[in-house]
Amino acid sequence: MATAEHKHPNYMAIFWFLAILTVVEIAVIYMPLAKFTIGVLLCALALGKAALVAMYFMHLRFEARTLGMIAVVPLLIATLLIFVLLPDGFAVMKRTVGVKPAATEPAKH
Amino acid sequence: MSHVASVHGAVEPAESPLTPESWGKLGMWIFLAGDAVGFGTLLAGYGMMRATSGDWPSPYEVLGINLTAAMTFLLICSSVTMVKGLEWLGKGDKGRAKAYLFYTALGGAIFVSLQAYEWSHLIHRGLLINGNPWGASLFGTSFFLVTGFHGLHVTAGVIYLLAMVRVVANRPQPAASYNAVEIAGLYWHFVDLVWIMVFTFMYLL
Repeated sequence: MATAEHKHPNYMAIFWFLAILTVVEIAVIYMPLAKFTIGVLLCALALGKAALVAMYFMHLRFEARTLGMIAVVPLLIATLLIFVLLPDGFAVMKRTVGVKPAATEPAKH
Repeated sequence: MSHVASVHGAVEPAESPLTPESWGKLGMWIFLAGDAVGFGTLLAGYGMMRATSGDWPSPYEVLGINLTAAMTFLLICSSVTMVKGLEWLGKGDKGRAKAYLFYTALGGAIFVSLQAYEWSHLIHRGLLINGNPWGASLFGTSFFLVTGFHGLHVTAGVIYLLAMVRVVANRPQPAASYNAVEIAGLYWHFVDLVWIMVFTFMYLL
């Protein structure tokens, strides 16, 4: 009911942060880095951008801490899902490697 | 509120402990958390299919990222117009609030149009839901599934925002629609947030 006594963050600053991070993301994929490093950088940048949107545009920073926990749960579940899928993934990989003998991947990692 | 509480006794407190403004806001957060799990599932499944495939095409070479980068920028801009609209509503300026809500909806509509353009372009080049000229057929399946699911969210958001323009217009006091618009804003920023993830994981990575 109250005309929300939110302190409004500097939205334009957040906007520029997001725009710059997007440009950095695109720059990263053209950098002469290892595929793994690019992957880690992109994940970090995406999570950073998502955090900016959630914290400032969605005002999570100014809400009760427990509400933030509700917001973080999906991230935990999604991460957990990757681990849940891993056994299946390895099983499929074993089969795929059997069918296509080292066509694309040089044996590194 | 107090009337309901007195009738039902101590069933529930009249004020949400997490979001004192309204229960609706808490409801939207819980809905968004569920929706996020949906997107999380799609993206985790995408990652697993891709990691275990021997011939997954390189997304940014096949899909092209120029248009999508512009679309990302557009969504970020629409998030800014959303917060600006809410800010004006908080200051009691209904006219500007309505205008900014409308710009936000317009940004969403342009986004969906560009996505339709992108899809038709890709389909023309041979990217189909059950196969494509570049490699694993699941590439097309997952691409259309995930971007389509997100596009549906944007479409729903545009309708939601246009409805909110009417809500603001119809309620005489700006303060009376503040909470409803703030909740709509949560949905809209969430759609933006999800696109940030989709853009990174399905186009750039």
